[in-house]
Amino acid sequence: MKLPLTISKVQEGLKSGDYSCVDLVDMHLGRIRAVDHKLNAFITVTDNYAYDLAKKHDNTIANDKKAFENFPLLGVITSLKDVYLTEGIETTAGSNVLRGYAPQYSSTVVKKLEAAGAIIIGKTNLDAWAHGASGENSDFGSTKNPWHLDMVPGGSSSGSAVSVAAQMATISMGTDTGGSVRLPASFCGVTGFKSTYGTVSRYGVVSMASSLDSMGHFTHTVDDAEKVFNIIKGTDSLDSTLSDRSTSLKKSYKIGLAKEYFEKGIDVQILQSIEEVRDLFEGDGIEFVDVSLPHTKYGISAYYIIMPAEVSSNLGRYDGVRYGAGRDALGEEAKRRIMMGTHVLSSGYAEKYYLKAQKIRTLIREDFDSVFTKVDAVIGPVSPTPAFQLGERVEDPIEMYLADILTVNANLAGLPAISIPSGFTSSGLPVSYQLIGPHYSENILFSLGKLYQEKTSFHTKTPTI
Amino acid sequence: MAKMTKDQVEHLARLASLSLTQDEVEKYSTQLSAVLEYVEALSELNTKAVEPTHQSSGLENLLRSDEINAEQILSQEHALREAKETHNGYFKVPPVLLKDQ
Repeated sequence: MKLPLTISKVQEGLKSGDYSCVDLVDMHLGRIRAVDHKLNAFITVTDNYAYDLAKKHDNTIANDKKAFENFPLLGVITSLKDVYLTEGIETTAGSNVLRGYAPQYSSTVVKKLEAAGAIIIGKTNLDAWAHGASGENSDFGSTKNPWHLDMVPGGSSSGSAVSVAAQMATISMGTDTGGSVRLPASFCGVTGFKSTYGTVSRYGVVSMASSLDSMGHFTHTVDDAEKVFNIIKGTDSLDSTLSDRSTSLKKSYKIGLAKEYFEKGIDVQILQSIEEVRDLFEGDGIEFVDVSLPHTKYGISAYYIIMPAEVSSNLGRYDGVRYGAGRDALGEEAKRRIMMGTHVLSSGYAEKYYLKAQKIRTLIREDFDSVFTKVDAVIGPVSPTPAFQLGERVEDPIEMYLADILTVNANLAGLPAISIPSGFTSSGLPVSYQLIGPHYSENILFSLGKLYQEKTSFHTKTPTI
Repeated sequence: MAKMTKDQVEHLARLASLSLTQDEVEKYSTQLSAVLEYVEALSELNTKAVEPTHQSSGLENLLRSDEINAEQILSQEHALREAKETHNGYFKVPPVLLKDQ
């Protein structure tokens, strides 16, 4: 049987009795057994747990006439980046430090997904501690791109993107601190959404850089991205950075073309694809306006000061006393970031680096504030290139860091953004574009994205593997 | 030009409680120098009059009543479950100061 791609297809099949929740778990576990030895997307597969939930939900469907209204994600097979704490289920953050660690509680997002009827099928691979742009920096081995096994899937939420692209899960939770949802979504040809900082609870998610960490998710469609967001958003007494603000929809929209996102170094096939996206939107009456975000090029430098500073502080807790292994188990990239962060915060350097980077952060935020008085969203590439070769950048941290050059500014400014598939290169690798909106403008990004996907079918393509 | 000497790398490793091999010290010295050189680009901007941004949520001073939420408390047994070494219901930690130091 063909696996359903979207939440509504999953639930149509459940309603019509084509399959049960248990059948859905069977089908997805079958898919994991068939392809994951090539892809390495999962660290833990929670088969027994998934079957328990599926049986419970099948019972609900049989007995509750309003089952699908009461549980909007009923039967939706879900994978979780292995930074989401799951009570009693191993949570590793992709690092040997947490190998074997079984958390005493679950994250708020996991609780909300389960309360809505989602079925957790497993925990996905990632660059250790979410440090990386390629998925290669995991203590559990690299994840592979399902469109081309010699290519990286993008990171750090590598296994999450791959689990959705290769149909081992219908939806997957990731995290986006500097592009870690949008980048792998674009490399794997799925929809990747990053929420506004302060809309989705970070409670119970292994912290990377606390002023930048945003929850995000992978789906095939923008419609599903919106459905998942509506479940997981909202205030939480356990995360004091949250608010319930949102934006109303409008009758017409303007999209900004920031010239700084189209400067040299962007792959021509990506540029070509964005031209086509523009034509399509313009055909729907959406106006494109040239705008400028003059401090864009400073974002990556500010990010690679602020992020490691916060990383060095957050990773300070891993001393092997209360849980996990000691600091000798930390990997190469984590140690590199801890030392960089310790340096930029140390006496004599904090002003030169850390304070300076925070001031640049203000300039980047003000650039966006000013542009969003003229337009409703900004469009740009997600990455300068499509997926690159495994191994190509592992020895050169700066080359690797530059993969984030077009994504980090949304994190520095705390803005929502969405990566949407828009075609394929001549060698068959997915290409995407991103829309970045003002704070709390998720509704508008979803509305634009749905409009685009009504007219295109790139998001329905799946890799043959 | 910004440089990260091997002495600095060793100093940072001590501050962050990391033990590094000599090979790692060499490698990090080269790589962190390159990163510092890259971020040097920021110095070309004059930011004297710019306020720093610490966070982007815009929220200030979120308060809650100072009450214990029983649902949020782990039992002692639960809290100690993942620790490698415990003693009389406490976490056992390595010594920080030794007698003859």
